[in-house]
Amino acid sequence: MINATIKQLGAALRAKQISSVELTQLYLDRIHQLNPQLNAFITLNADKSLAQARAADARLASGDADVLTGIPIAQKDIFCAKDWLTTCGSKMLNNFVSPYDAHVISQFNQAGAINLGKTNMDEFAMGSSNETSHYGSVKNPWDIQRVPGGSSGGTAAAVAARLCVAATGTDTGGSIRQPAALCGISGLKPTYGVVSRYGMIAFASSLDQAGPMGRSAEDLAILLNTMAGFDERDSTSLQREKEDYARDLSQPLKGLRIGLPTEFFAAGMGGDVAQAVEAAIAEYKKLGATLVDISLPNSRLSIPVYYVLAPAEASSNLSRFDGVRYGHRAENYRDLTEMYEKTRAEGFGDEVKRRIMIGTYVLSHGYYDAYYLQAQKIRRLIAQDFVEAFKHCDVIMGPTSPSTAFKLGEKGDDPVQMYLSDIYTIAVNLAGLPGMSIPCGFGDNAMPVGLQIIGNYFEEARMLNVAHQYQLATDWHNRAPSLG
Amino acid sequence: MITYCTDFDKAFATMSLSQADVEKVARLARLAMSEAEIQTAQAQLTHIFDLISEMQAVDTKGIEPMSHSQDLAQRLREDVVTEVNQRAVFQAIAPQIEGGLYLVPQVIE
Repeated sequence: MINATIKQLGAALRAKQISSVELTQLYLDRIHQLNPQLNAFITLNADKSLAQARAADARLASGDADVLTGIPIAQKDIFCAKDWLTTCGSKMLNNFVSPYDAHVISQFNQAGAINLGKTNMDEFAMGSSNETSHYGSVKNPWDIQRVPGGSSGGTAAAVAARLCVAATGTDTGGSIRQPAALCGISGLKPTYGVVSRYGMIAFASSLDQAGPMGRSAEDLAILLNTMAGFDERDSTSLQREKEDYARDLSQPLKGLRIGLPTEFFAAGMGGDVAQAVEAAIAEYKKLGATLVDISLPNSRLSIPVYYVLAPAEASSNLSRFDGVRYGHRAENYRDLTEMYEKTRAEGFGDEVKRRIMIGTYVLSHGYYDAYYLQAQKIRRLIAQDFVEAFKHCDVIMGPTSPSTAFKLGEKGDDPVQMYLSDIYTIAVNLAGLPGMSIPCGFGDNAMPVGLQIIGNYFEEARMLNVAHQYQLATDWHNRAPSLG
Repeated sequence: MITYCTDFDKAFATMSLSQADVEKVARLARLAMSEAEIQTAQAQLTHIFDLISEMQAVDTKGIEPMSHSQDLAQRLREDVVTEVNQRAVFQAIAPQIEGGLYLVPQVIE
């Protein structure tokens, strides 16, 4: 049952082979048993989850059920959920019980899905290993001495360990795709603007996107159908015709042109990653695709550009955390300024403070042109490289991460080492394009390797098709870690 | 106060932050920092700025800055009240309130 697809579970629920209450309890029991090893969840609430399950069973009985009704889904703790503790992985929000639902949460609620709990994450989504969370690091279910990736590490670990059917993540510089790769699961970041950011705690507003994480492209399509769509409460939400992201899953891949950027296959990637990715590309050739060499010459600047823009936007977004209206407030202070300074010094972790400081610096008087404006201009060059490349190919492929999961604590005291993990994913966020990672094999130390699939704007249905056909021909996505 | 440059690498780095820079940024960002924290931050931030410096040399003359991938502007709406007053609900989670107001240390004498 824990390896069943959403469709299979839906059929079982409708055939009354299992009830949503039983299914939800099954997952709650698994979480109780395995989460202590993994620390994938920050908050659980069995009463709330089971109440939703009972309501779902009633809907199923009356025939008023959707494809996700009764299905237990875990939610990254970055989404405000009404009456649920919502921490964003931070001490700053350790007492924040949200008074409202994010758009994503209300979409799942309306669909009748069960909120299984809030998953652990890097603090304020800043990290690539889930080691910056105030609530402790998450462990990779394939090897609990290793990181699951970040910032959606809790979600990735929960999906890989079968602690939920599927879950949500967010991606600003790779935070869905990289943990998906490191944990051997599938994850998709949609085109910027496709999923509403209302109620999703903001890190970098021009880069953040929510997306589905699960065990198969087919399941991701179902989740995306529920998550996507116009929301007037998000001023960057796009008004577009409603799409069925599962509509093209069965299309054959003959004639598909796959672009392979020279920059993604140069030195810097582990030999084991290269091997698994090249094997995946060979499989795509067998499925009828042709390979096209392309170049993304400005992608080498992605990391410096991102580490100007994202911290700049973060410094603005995180200025709301001041101890006045919600969240942590310092106990002792002499005046308002000291209240702000101590509240923020106490509430934020080191990585968050670093990024706020970088952001504050690059936006400050005298430095704005040299840093922020320059980065925005190079951002356009990076986006233009993709526009040019997509004239010659339908999708772009490469590794998601330069290495498989590293050991906890390995990147040590050097933040820059950690930043380099995002080398293949960041350009996609800067350009606002959709990106996916699917498992394509195992590398050194028997750890999963992810294949990144990048599509043109609004090509999610095609990307899911490309992933699904590969998943029909291979079984990497069905592998599961063995846990205690 | 005289500051000595004891690190030649820092002298030749494109962007080297001084202790005063870090103190100023911390104040702007409203982050209280100890002497030791400022020193650690100085080293770490300088290292991060080395990473960033690579983009300084790129010629971007004539390129428009991009803040949105499809160059869209944020949607506007009619200036009418659409929200319901939920002050009680929102203030239920506030650190200190009184009479519908948020309490903070006195600012104006």
